[in-house]
Amino acid sequence: MSGNTAEKIFAWLEERLGLEAIYATVLDRKVPKVNWWFTLGSASLFLAVMQGLTGVFLTMYYVPSPDKAYDSIQYIMNGVAFGWLIRGIHHWGASLMVIVVFIHMLRTFFYGAYKYPREITWLTGVFLLLFTLGMGFTGYLLPWNQRAFWATTVGTEIVGTVPFIGDFLLKALRGGTDISAVTLARFFSAHIWILPAGVVLMISVHMYLIIRLGISNIPSDEE
Amino acid sequence: MTKKTSSPNLSRRDFSKIVMAFLGSIMGAIVGIPIIGYIISPALKTQTVDEWVSLGALDGYPIGTPKLFSFTRTKVNGWERTTNSFGVFVLRKSGGELKVLSNVCTHLSCRVKWSDEDSAYLCPCHDAQFAIDGEVIYGPPPHPMYEYEFKVEEGNILIHLTEG
Ligand code: HEM
Ligand code: FES
Repeated sequence: MSGNTAEKIFAWLEERLGLEAIYATVLDRKVPKVNWWFTLGSASLFLAVMQGLTGVFLTMYYVPSPDKAYDSIQYIMNGVAFGWLIRGIHHWGASLMVIVVFIHMLRTFFYGAYKYPREITWLTGVFLLLFTLGMGFTGYLLPWNQRAFWATTVGTEIVGTVPFIGDFLLKALRGGTDISAVTLARFFSAHIWILPAGVVLMISVHMYLIIRLGISNIPSDEE
Repeated sequence: MTKKTSSPNLSRRDFSKIVMAFLGSIMGAIVGIPIIGYIISPALKTQTVDEWVSLGALDGYPIGTPKLFSFTRTKVNGWERTTNSFGVFVLRKSGGELKVLSNVCTHLSCRVKWSDEDSAYLCPCHDAQFAIDGEVIYGPPPHPMYEYEFKVEEGNILIHLTEG
């Protein structure tokens, strides 16, 4: 009886939403016989989702202001149940994601998977790598401790060495000549709104293309 | 679930579905339970104040006129510290009777002041007046002034500060 009801509900939804078709397109895809290196894109996706999830929960207690940022993180670590876990996943996940995304890029490079018709998959991938690094760079300042402060000082100074417009770029990144409350607020904004929006957009195109084109085969000797 | 095979044994497909659902539930719980704990954790911490605050030697207070004693207490909420100031009137009566009254007006919490001239506590906000032992003489306050529980130990007055 209950199984029957569940089936009826499913049938009702299926008729209106076409769930089976979505399932078949997204998951029941034909894939060539490949190896473990081909799982790194999915691993990147998983890590991106984890970063998004833990990041959302961190904003529940984090305050992007110079006089409160450090204390709010201390509170997350010592005052909130599982705060250490949520922050730990976000902290280590960030480094892991850079590594995994990078190796994923190497794998698509060495298997020649960027070739026709997958140039745009590669192109969106380039943006994903840049955005991932950008997330790491902006996120690093947020704890507002000594290491964060000096890493951002050095990082923005490197940008300052760009010929001609370097000085302007440095000020644009910092929101002024110094690393200040303005810098913290704009890094926070970039970290939780601007870059993630770019990542979501690029992942969508990336995934659309993977579903549309299928995974490339391992190149053979004849090719 | 639709059975694709007529075999009495579990199909490979159904088996992997069950395994996936099982592992999925475990992973969901591993992630979900800490997150729920994380969200509700500040609600589970009851912040109670239960403290005896010393107001100094009883002998330091005059007989017959209320004298104000002020102190501050700091509360930590998450990453923020809030310092609240407290003011209490200590009233020693000639018969040896003692009263400790809060200087917070029972109307809308302005701070009252003792006036020798009017022989009353005056509230600056809506002109209320309280008698020397806290009764409302005039104005909008609905209750007499709040009294603190106190004790005298080794010649010192202590009041009981409670909250939560
Ligand atoms: C957030 C970062 C990224 C995510 C979530 C992601 C996700 C994925 C996924 C799930 C696949 C399916 C095949 C596989 O797993 O290997 C894939 C394929 C691919 N990715 Fe990425 N990727 C990311 C970054 C990059 C980067 C940085 C590049 C290169 C610059 C890149 C280039 C490609 C290419 C060319 C393919 C097609 C491979 C093929 O068809 O064999 N991706 N990506
Ligand atoms: S607050 Fe004291 S009279 Fe209104």
